[in-house]
Amino acid sequence: MNRILVIAEHDGRRLAEATARAVACAQAIGGEITVAVLGAEVAEPARAAASLAGVAHVLTFAAPANAHALAAVQAPQLAAVAVSFSHVLAPSTTFGKDLLPRLAALLDVPALSDVMAVETATRFRRPIYAGNAIVTIEAGELRPILATVRLASFEAVATGAAAAAIEAVAVPPELPAHTRFISVTSQDSGRPDLATARRVVSGGRALGSAEKFQLVHELAAVLGAAVGASRAAVDAGYAPNDLQVGQTGKIIAPQLYVALGISGAIQHMTGIKDARAIVAINKDPDAPIFEAADYGLVADLFEAVPQLIAELRSRGR
Amino acid sequence: MISAMKRILVGIKRVVDFNVRIRVKADNSGVITEGVKQGINPFDEIALEEALRLREQGLAEEVVAVSIGPPDAQNQLRTALAMGADRALLVNHAGVIEPLDAARILLKVAEREQPFLVLLGKQAIDDDNNQTGQMLAGLWNRPQATFASTLEIREGIARVTREVDAGLEVLEIDLPAVVTADLRLNEPRFVKLPDIIKARKKPLDTLDPAALGAAPRPRLTAVHYAPPPARQKGQRVKDVAELVASLAAKGLV
Repeated sequence: MNRILVIAEHDGRRLAEATARAVACAQAIGGEITVAVLGAEVAEPARAAASLAGVAHVLTFAAPANAHALAAVQAPQLAAVAVSFSHVLAPSTTFGKDLLPRLAALLDVPALSDVMAVETATRFRRPIYAGNAIVTIEAGELRPILATVRLASFEAVATGAAAAAIEAVAVPPELPAHTRFISVTSQDSGRPDLATARRVVSGGRALGSAEKFQLVHELAAVLGAAVGASRAAVDAGYAPNDLQVGQTGKIIAPQLYVALGISGAIQHMTGIKDARAIVAINKDPDAPIFEAADYGLVADLFEAVPQLIAELRSRGR
Repeated sequence: MISAMKRILVGIKRVVDFNVRIRVKADNSGVITEGVKQGINPFDEIALEEALRLREQGLAEEVVAVSIGPPDAQNQLRTALAMGADRALLVNHAGVIEPLDAARILLKVAEREQPFLVLLGKQAIDDDNNQTGQMLAGLWNRPQATFASTLEIREGIARVTREVDAGLEVLEIDLPAVVTADLRLNEPRFVKLPDIIKARKKPLDTLDPAALGAAPRPRLTAVHYAPPPARQKGQRVKDVAELVASLAAKGLV
């Protein structure tokens, strides 16, 4: 039987929804699912992981050294337990992408990035060339199989299942001290999390300035949406880096994606391919975004978006 | 063994140019790369630029560009030399290379060259794996700072700002270490014609992975390639009212 280890992402208080999506990938593989929670504070995230549908065991690695997710510190702890599993999964977030390949190297096994579909327990599909091709990879006899899970391809498993057993793992006292966390700064917009939001409004270079980018936030507020940005808008300083959507930013699959003044470079389209509905507002009728948009409006966004906000408000939003 | 010069090793991967829209072969056996424009992986160009700036600030003495690829990858290494790398190494390997094999080769090169810093792109835009730097750091048992958007070198340590999902994270790492470049680390310089001519005279050595003790041993099999599922063609709406009506009809607002 497959024994699948899922590495949890959390901030010490909340378990990230990314974890529940990685568990969904583990369910698609099929087998007994264990979640590993590393942290200084593990109680809350471990409890949340234990109540995810399909999770049989939770392993906690509690230590001050795990207060921040440092791959060099966490990979050796996971390597000690990973060998008894057939698969080890992590979400394909900056957390998982940083950690899983290092773990793979310690185990002397390859890793699969951004798994988007499970064909069999050893055969997976993943995007390459910015999503312009999909490759099917066979891992054969290789064990453990390590993979990061593309969040946009898996719905989070349900929570509220009968609690799985939580077991504490002894953390070795000697962990690398060559890598030290200094700080993290994030701009808390008060909006939903971009990676998992059901609605997203994104702005591009055509917004013209950080001040005018507020229009994106205004529409997002009316729609209850998360805010995203194109690479051009981030490079121009209109929006912080963590809002970037695309090949090298976040890959998302909202129900509704509204692109304002975004031309639609292939690197951006990679990030939104799985959106259920794409709306594009752009004054350039030849912008490539219109090729992919379900609803395209050729208009000056500074006229259309205030109208759109007014129209939505009049409908009681 | 080479003397303990303050050296930076930079990885240069030859990839299909980022402007090319690739196509899958009719028999689903791969992606068409023959006759397609090739270039340096854009993230590797950023890594190289950062190494050159560190040398120009006097924080490094030598920048060595290393590629793992076919003989044609010499073209990308010549471009790296024209940008300003001091010398180049080509580790001969034809075909796809798995990140773990690339990391094993880079480890052997790092052991020979004794760099205080290895700078790589965070991912290659062909296989989009985003693994090699992390794997090299793991095999080397040294720190890693991935997705770097700023890099400061001080005596024996580096302070790196990383672009993470939560925002910007700052790490301090002991050197030697592996740093992988994200898009906003810098804007690479353009190559000037005289530099291209000068680059022809710079040393470019060829190495064999087996002789390095790191012959590739691929363990994953790509069994099928396919184009992505196409999205259905959408509709143009004439104004905001029609847009909202269409969205409302689908229950999207």
